Amino acid sequence: MGAAYAVPTAVVVTLFFLIPLGLVAVMSVDHWPLLGRATPNFPANYTDMAGDDLLRRAVGFTLKYTIIITVVLFAVSFGLALLVQNPRPGVGALRTAFFLPTAVGFATASLLFLGMLSNEIGPVNPLLRHLGLIGKPIDWITGSPTTALSSTVGLVTWRFAGFNMLILLTGLQAIPTELYEAARVDGAGRVQAFRRITLPLMRPTIALVLIMMITGSLLAFDQFYIMTRGGPDDSTTSVVMVIVRQAFVKFNLGSAAAISVAALGVLIVLNVVQLGVLRRRDS
Amino acid sequence: MIRRRRVAAAGGYYVCAASLAILFLYPLLWSGWASVHIGSRWSLQNYRNLLTYRDGIGTYLVNSVIVTALTVAGTLFVSLLGGYAFGRFSFPGKNVLFLATLAILMVPYPTILIPLYVFLGDLHLQDSLVGLSLVLVMFQLPFATFMMRNAFEAVPGELEDAALVDGCGSLGVLLRVLVHSVRPAVITVALFALLAAWNEFFAALILLNSSEKFTLPVAVVAMEGHSFGSIDYPTMQAGVVFMAIPCLLLFGILQRSYVRGFMSGALKG
Repeated sequence: MGAAYAVPTAVVVTLFFLIPLGLVAVMSVDHWPLLGRATPNFPANYTDMAGDDLLRRAVGFTLKYTIIITVVLFAVSFGLALLVQNPRPGVGALRTAFFLPTAVGFATASLLFLGMLSNEIGPVNPLLRHLGLIGKPIDWITGSPTTALSSTVGLVTWRFAGFNMLILLTGLQAIPTELYEAARVDGAGRVQAFRRITLPLMRPTIALVLIMMITGSLLAFDQFYIMTRGGPDDSTTSVVMVIVRQAFVKFNLGSAAAISVAALGVLIVLNVVQLGVLRRRDS
Repeated sequence: MIRRRRVAAAGGYYVCAASLAILFLYPLLWSGWASVHIGSRWSLQNYRNLLTYRDGIGTYLVNSVIVTALTVAGTLFVSLLGGYAFGRFSFPGKNVLFLATLAILMVPYPTILIPLYVFLGDLHLQDSLVGLSLVLVMFQLPFATFMMRNAFEAVPGELEDAALVDGCGSLGVLLRVLVHSVRPAVITVALFALLAAWNEFFAALILLNSSEKFTLPVAVVAMEGHSFGSIDYPTMQAGVVFMAIPCLLLFGILQRSYVRGFMSGALKG
């Protein structure tokens, strides 16, 4: 009887998840144009990846972006969580302020930053000039690979810090206050308490946040597609952008499928490794 | 002396915290300001431009509302029944199906969307708002099924037994009794499906081809390539405000469901 209620789930999961998952494997071993007949060409789609210059640069850039954003976003999120950890007047308003960007869609946020960093109407350049930090306006988004990357780091930090802050905050609040009191009685300073109590007990939460940040960054797309358009000179083209480009600009769905399968493989390996590390630390 | 130092420390805390809060709120406030200005002059022209942009913002709004409504309805239908099945019954294949549902989370978006683009064509759902909605329902299922299963598991068995004794069938129990007990989970699942569908960019970009089918995010992003390289930034900010306002309103009204959803989704999922 109960199985009948699971039928809609089974239908949706089969039609829109399992069948496409099988199909992507088939597509990856075929020459599969956007229009026209598919013909087997294994292993060309996979071997072609090695010679794809743009893909190689995209892999390098995506890794670099992942490292930078994980460090920056984690530092900011953890800092905010520590800032709003203790109950005091106004702390609820602060939490809401930091969390509010999370309520806005990511594509919306990318368009917002596109305007804010623009030379036409953006307030950032005038502000920095007013403060005497820069001499002439900077083309944040198209000026150089560094400014384009910095722009996306700013955007992603603004949009996701509150979300990660909230998760880290629950971890922080799960630590019994008696532990801190006991440490203070024993003469431990704040830094010591942080290192000996907060960090070890926060490990599972920190690991979770880091896994989500790393996975999300490896699959980054919206911020580059919308804000930097992958430029300047393809310098901010991510792996997922290459997949979309192979499929809908080069009309080579087979190649897009092969890169997608490779991406799936990398993520599975990564998740298994991360879970293994987590479990070993737990025991 | 100690007191003075404590006051100074508190003052330092609030100055630092308040400047950070302003930094986080500023982009939202700026966007609102920029959307009603041309140069430094107050104007509603940007919103008027939206009305006549391509097929008119109304077309894209209707598309977004359709996709959002279908996604919310579909997600609730599938996950309510599925959560009931997983939380209250045991049947062959239960664990396999539940794990397969959760596995959706593990697979990168493009890995599933590239073949879906082809497969939706076979189903005659290519370039279709219904097709996009069904895909978005699928993406919502891990979170929704997980939430609903936990909610159904938490309902005490006596409630169900009493209703069964009163002569309800298992569907009657679900509709008359259990739906009320799992209402918080229903609200959270609906809210998340709504926000995800309203804001979805990547799936909509890939699965919708023709301009009159675009949802709001895809349409507003398309402004970038609209007028030969020069972007009408103020009108774009009007589009940003247009898309952000419903999200911010919902956040204001349903803050509690919102935070609970994030927590249970992130911590248990």
